[in-house]
Amino acid sequence: MSSHYEAPIRRPLIVGDKSYHDISVDVAAPVEGKANKLWWTAFSIALVAFLWGIGCIVYTIGTGIGVWGLNKTVGWAWDITNFVWWVGIGHAGTLISAVLLLFRQKWRMGINRSAEAMTIFSVIQAGLFPVIHMGRVWNAHFVLPLPNQFGTLWTNFNSPLLWDVFAISTYLSVSLVFWWTGLLPDFAMLRDRAIRPFQKKIYGLLSFGWTGRAKDWQRFEEVSLVLAGLATPLVLSVHTIVSFDFATSVIPGWHTTIFPPYFVAGAVFSGFAMVNTLLIIMRKVSNLEAYITKQHIELMNIVIMITGSIVGCAYITELFIAWYSGVEYEQYAFLNRATGPYWWAYLFMMSCNVLSPQFMWFKRLRTSIVFSFIISIVVNIGMWFERFVIIVTSLHRDYLPSSWTMFSPTFVDIGIFIGTIGFFFVLFLLYARTFPVIAQAEVKSILKASGEKYKKLRDGNHE
Amino acid sequence: MSNKVVQAMYNDDDILIDAVKEVRAANYHIEEVYTPFPVHGLDKAMGLKGTRIAITAFMYGCVGLVFSVWMMNYMMIEQWPQDIGGKPSFTFIQNMPAFVPIMFEMTVFFAAHLMVITFYMRSRLWPFKEAENPDPRTTDDMFVMEVFVDGNEDELITFLKKTGTVEIKVTEKH
Repeated sequence: MSSHYEAPIRRPLIVGDKSYHDISVDVAAPVEGKANKLWWTAFSIALVAFLWGIGCIVYTIGTGIGVWGLNKTVGWAWDITNFVWWVGIGHAGTLISAVLLLFRQKWRMGINRSAEAMTIFSVIQAGLFPVIHMGRVWNAHFVLPLPNQFGTLWTNFNSPLLWDVFAISTYLSVSLVFWWTGLLPDFAMLRDRAIRPFQKKIYGLLSFGWTGRAKDWQRFEEVSLVLAGLATPLVLSVHTIVSFDFATSVIPGWHTTIFPPYFVAGAVFSGFAMVNTLLIIMRKVSNLEAYITKQHIELMNIVIMITGSIVGCAYITELFIAWYSGVEYEQYAFLNRATGPYWWAYLFMMSCNVLSPQFMWFKRLRTSIVFSFIISIVVNIGMWFERFVIIVTSLHRDYLPSSWTMFSPTFVDIGIFIGTIGFFFVLFLLYARTFPVIAQAEVKSILKASGEKYKKLRDGNHE
Repeated sequence: MSNKVVQAMYNDDDILIDAVKEVRAANYHIEEVYTPFPVHGLDKAMGLKGTRIAITAFMYGCVGLVFSVWMMNYMMIEQWPQDIGGKPSFTFIQNMPAFVPIMFEMTVFFAAHLMVITFYMRSRLWPFKEAENPDPRTTDDMFVMEVFVDGNEDELITFLKKTGTVEIKVTEKH
């Protein structure tokens, strides 16, 4: 047992009297069981929202971008807001699975699978927006440097929008293989437990014939470590490049060097909030409270508190620098943000993102499940408003006062946004019923070090 | 040579590691060990060499970097230089700062995907591949050690029984 030593002061990450077999049973239970009424209700609502979104997308493509609320002053609004919001949400998954792996944080093992699933599903939503915004969607492949009939017509590698194409597609595909490689042993567990031949076949197919040889595990661990090492700078680069979409332009309010770190912190902030939203429900519905413990939620709340404070710091720095720069345009852009016609959006952003995470300083609040859930929703609303504030308030008052205008979304703007939320939840709900939602192989490997039963046994010996 | 193997099953990873050490010390040849999760120190106990997959990832990353440099140089500098936002494009190095993000992304893309493909190929993992684990419980909570029968079979079985195994099976291996 000495090889599994962990300091007694660390709280157990797996509560209850669990054995290796119990972990398999608990992780397989949601897959093997039948969906209850609640699942079907949630799924139906999500599906209706998704279908409504498809309708709005089809209408946009069939008629043109004119069906959105954009005008000649505000040329970017909800589409890019939603894009940045969804990409940002995705960042927490990689942070949990890659950065926490590099830091050897064992608490990531209970939540990394679902967080990564969330990453992939939300990056899919994000990717939809730039594609739809192209208008002529059938020419979408022109964002790739493909040889074509024009011979010398290539993409513009100087453009941050093209950097985005490369960043997002690398991010999505690398996250996907990282996720899938981790899933192989868990699919194999489901395959070997399956009784019905159809299930056995499907999970056999998904598990790629994983057998758990010693050599395979050795490679598996090395591959996970290297992928984590690659995914860590990748995830930071992705939101950095997203922020370049704005930062490399010369629009007052966008043209700031603080954007990359500020966007990355904001992304982690909103992503952890979304992980909390999803897992607080999932641990209850799928009976996984032994693996996704209160401690996990508390730790995520601490990350939310820290990144929220970084974001708050960035907001204030921006205001200070605008004043300090002495540039009139810059000063007006920020004054207009806070006190102009969109003051209410700014207030929403400030109170949801800067104020609300500060409650997490109190242990009673950050260990309260209900409070954590409420804050996680509040944070995501706040982060949506942050992007809206950055994008729309910087644009709506142009250099020429005669072009000053306001933006109001049409039902199509709203419909597509709701549609992506529906699509996200359709994917996540399907995932929750068919995938091993906890990286059970990894959890088994820490059972003896961090399981409550074993910790008690060990600490008893020391006394 | 006979292809007979003895499959000794264990229900605990610590017992397994001790057993592996004992079996190797007694000069028996361990063919394979199947475990439901990564058992740390097992590869060392079995005497497996370290994996070189991280080195391949580094090389793939270099390929990605070189490829991105070649691609952007050909498209933006050689074949059709353009004045875009006044960014200098007479030589690659002048235009390079604007290419850094994509150079980075391509490095990561190549390193990650080619390494994972190498892993799948080397460990023989792909869709429709039949699983070869000797017992379905090895993905749940059981650990199986396969030892080649070389010489006296009964002697080996009695030896293995003393290592804390819970089940022993003798089978032919392909």
